[in-house]
Amino acid sequence: MSADTTSTAPLAAARAPALLRRHWLWLAAIVLALAIPWLFFDWSKGRHSGFALTMLSEIGLMSVFALSFNMLMGQTGLLSFGHAILFGLGGYCTAHTLNAAKAGLFWLPVELIPLAGGLGGLVFGAVFGYVVTKQRATAFAMITMGLGELVAACALMFMGFFGGEGGISTDRVTGQSLFGIEYSTPWQVYCLVVAWTVIATMLMRLQTQTPLGRMANAQRDNFERTQFVGYDPRMIRFYQFTLSGFFAGIGGALYVLVYEIVTFDTVAAAKSATALLAAYIGGAGSFLGPFLGTIVVVLLQSGVSLISNAWLLYVGVLFIVMVMFAPGGIMGIVARHEPIARMGRLGELAVPYARILPPGLLLVLGFVTLVELAQLATIGSAQNKSLAIGGQPIDPHNGLPWAIGAAMLVAGGLWMRREARVFRARWDALMEEAKARGLPV
Amino acid sequence: MSGGAITLRGVEKSFGATKIIRGVDLAIARGERHAMIGPNGAGKTTLFNLISGRFPISSGTIEINGQSIHGLPAHQINRLGLSRSFQITSIFPRLSVFENIRCGLLWARGYRYSFWHLLGGARALNEEADQVLERLGLQDRRNVPAGLLSYAEQRALEIGITVAGGADIILLDEPTSGMSHSETEHAVRLIRSVSEGKTLLMVEHDMNVVFGLADVITVLVYGEIIASGPPAEIRANRAVQEAYLGSEAA
Amino acid sequence: MEVFLVSLLNGLVYGMLLFMLASGLTLILSMMGVLNFAHASAYMLGAYFAFTISQHIGFWPALIIAPLLCGLLGAMIEMYGLRRVHRNGHIAELLFTFGLALIIEKVVQMTWGLLPVPYRVPAGLDFPLFSIYGTQFPAYRAFMLLISLLMFGAIWLGLTRTRIGLVIQAALTHPDMVGALGHNVPRVFTTVFAAGTALAGLAGVIGGNYQVTEPAMAFTMGPIVFVVVVFGGLGSLTGCFIASLMMGLIQTFAVVLDYSPADLLRQFGIIVTSATPFHEVLTVPLPRVGALLPFLLLILILVFKPRGLMGTRDT
Repeated sequence: MSADTTSTAPLAAARAPALLRRHWLWLAAIVLALAIPWLFFDWSKGRHSGFALTMLSEIGLMSVFALSFNMLMGQTGLLSFGHAILFGLGGYCTAHTLNAAKAGLFWLPVELIPLAGGLGGLVFGAVFGYVVTKQRATAFAMITMGLGELVAACALMFMGFFGGEGGISTDRVTGQSLFGIEYSTPWQVYCLVVAWTVIATMLMRLQTQTPLGRMANAQRDNFERTQFVGYDPRMIRFYQFTLSGFFAGIGGALYVLVYEIVTFDTVAAAKSATALLAAYIGGAGSFLGPFLGTIVVVLLQSGVSLISNAWLLYVGVLFIVMVMFAPGGIMGIVARHEPIARMGRLGELAVPYARILPPGLLLVLGFVTLVELAQLATIGSAQNKSLAIGGQPIDPHNGLPWAIGAAMLVAGGLWMRREARVFRARWDALMEEAKARGLPV
Repeated sequence: MSGGAITLRGVEKSFGATKIIRGVDLAIARGERHAMIGPNGAGKTTLFNLISGRFPISSGTIEINGQSIHGLPAHQINRLGLSRSFQITSIFPRLSVFENIRCGLLWARGYRYSFWHLLGGARALNEEADQVLERLGLQDRRNVPAGLLSYAEQRALEIGITVAGGADIILLDEPTSGMSHSETEHAVRLIRSVSEGKTLLMVEHDMNVVFGLADVITVLVYGEIIASGPPAEIRANRAVQEAYLGSEAA
Repeated sequence: MEVFLVSLLNGLVYGMLLFMLASGLTLILSMMGVLNFAHASAYMLGAYFAFTISQHIGFWPALIIAPLLCGLLGAMIEMYGLRRVHRNGHIAELLFTFGLALIIEKVVQMTWGLLPVPYRVPAGLDFPLFSIYGTQFPAYRAFMLLISLLMFGAIWLGLTRTRIGLVIQAALTHPDMVGALGHNVPRVFTTVFAAGTALAGLAGVIGGNYQVTEPAMAFTMGPIVFVVVVFGGLGSLTGCFIASLMMGLIQTFAVVLDYSPADLLRQFGIIVTSATPFHEVLTVPLPRVGALLPFLLLILILVFKPRGLMGTRDT
């Protein structure tokens, strides 16, 4: 990226506070990312919680993947159903590179290993991108889906590169490091993941401010118009797809560093779907939306899957609700408050929000009860799981818990409808006022 | 080089069995303000789409600045120095007004598909985009998403995108359609100023605009040119009066 | 020879099953512009509904009730979901159906469990109809063929002989014109969506016991149906019909023909060993490639002939 390199040292010193003010969010995120694991630190044994570190690492690498996905969906208007092939192929390239380095074929410090994944993603992105970017919109969605299925099937078929069902195992402790770090503990790997997540996120952020990034937005808004300002929309899509492959590959590389194995799951449709869900739930329209969405999805995935199998159902329902009622995702909801915040009247929404909270909770609780009962009755009983609340075992074949769940759902729904009307009235009134003051609504 | 900006020879276009353009010969000189008029369905917009490469022609040749555009995709024709607007406003609705103009400038200023320049640091480019905004009278709306502009503002913005890159041939498709009287006057002033020293070809229905702006007027009826010449000549042309202008011109 | 005949029949059966799914999807995609990801989910639901109903009151009522249930569900999805999402564009609609497909799969898992359910061919049809060169042809396959042919006839009559059918036909080639015809567009859409879903449900009823009724069946069938629809071309039911049969035959024959590129090379005197470059690719037997073929076709079609076999419009 080109930057202003003419500044002299004293000038740079004077700029430091200004830089701090502009980039405080990045710094806060890094500090937070490095601080959170210590909340789960087991002081009696003097070691980090493996579960927490794995989950946080997963958030890091999946957010890189989701952000790279959003380079296509949010920024270029291309909905890919096969983005995981770039993530996974980046992962396979990384695993082979790591194994070669370990075998002593060449010297490559572990810190730079993610570049191998990135390059793999870049090359495959260019090859696949050449084919798929001929299309856009629905046809693009279809062709990427076909490609995704094709690569996933190949991953099971060709042992040499993909290792079949077993995948490719690797060992990140190669003894090659720029800083003399072993990467034998999860904490060390986590720090590496944080570093690369920050680097990749920053680069993707900068990319949105380049001519290509801007024309990608233009292509999304009106692909035909870009032709009449001199651009070939197909080439815009191609370059954007290739670059997004680079970042997806970095995500895949981080995956390999964390788990030390790469299997065909990483190229499969479910992985692509996870990026899509994360990006959409967080908000495809804003740069950081996919990051937020990844946190939500991974927390649900790791947290809920500890106690039940239903995390994908919850994520799916959340996704549908978002598609229907909040197409801008979480960030979109936040952004819609902007005119009200600018008038300094956000406080007036506090009471309406407080009032929709209890029915909302009741609604969610009723829904969760029913879902958990249902899955306890089938999948749970097959796995000999049982549920107990306050020492009282719950029998899913008894009618009472079902009735309670259904009652909560219905009551919550009816109550919600009433409160939503109150909320709506207040919201509309505030919006009217904002419009009257000439704020963009 | 022939010196003509746009040269059409025997241009024909059919959609299926229907011939929309039936052998058009037209030469537009450099620096000329040329208006194309004709009843609805005469093929004016189709002709625009042929010249700008949106549709391929069925037969004949079209030359832009002396070079045949046969087989060239739209973006390459644009790079030859031809830029156009659309009858139905075509802008980038989710980008800000300023970004819209800047997108119109990027290719012309050599940025191509660069992902190694930061736009924030491209001072000359940004200043140029701001100058265009000022000429359009849209500097107050600089940071508003273009989709939120009023209709007339969007039309002005599209003209801005069209001329920003400095193309020397400008095609405007009904630039004042749907505008009020005062908005039309504003648009005419704008078109006059941005087409200074350039070749302008426009389709227009408002006869005040046509006779006020054009150096040469071509009348297209059912895919054929029935007259072409300076405004006074067209006004006096009996065939034109019968076919098209009717009482309107009186 | 016997392999050929039996495979031909099996391919036809499978192809007609695909057509029942693909015809509904083509109608929905061409008219409403919605790439319905939940279409194969309706196929799965049809199979599961039929399984449960046939356990209680038997297969024959299930043959009627299960598709009707699916159609009802389709109508509700269209009226309360899709219509709301419609104003946010086609991509939002696509995402909506994608989310639905995810949810339906999970709900099916929770209701019927993770393992395949024992949905069997009804006893009355569980006998070999005839045998060719010692290979038996089950009566149920003939029944499937019969049902799908009847369905094909019904669609054809419905489209050519009824008023709404004519509107649908017009809308297939000129989707923007439906409104101009002065018809109640939302109702036409609901009808098409419900009918398409019901057809998919019917395919599930007769296909669920022919294949395996399990929670993954939607996600294995879905992409193949997409391929058929793209292959046949938008707006063309005839193209869709031909593409379905072709896909059925291709997939069936690919399973039977146990050859690999290496075998072909051997004909030219080139022996592929493990030292040959790309030997893994060259020694892949055709039955294993069979699963890949649909997707290879999809990519080739979308790249080189986006209008498909008989399509009148771009995808």
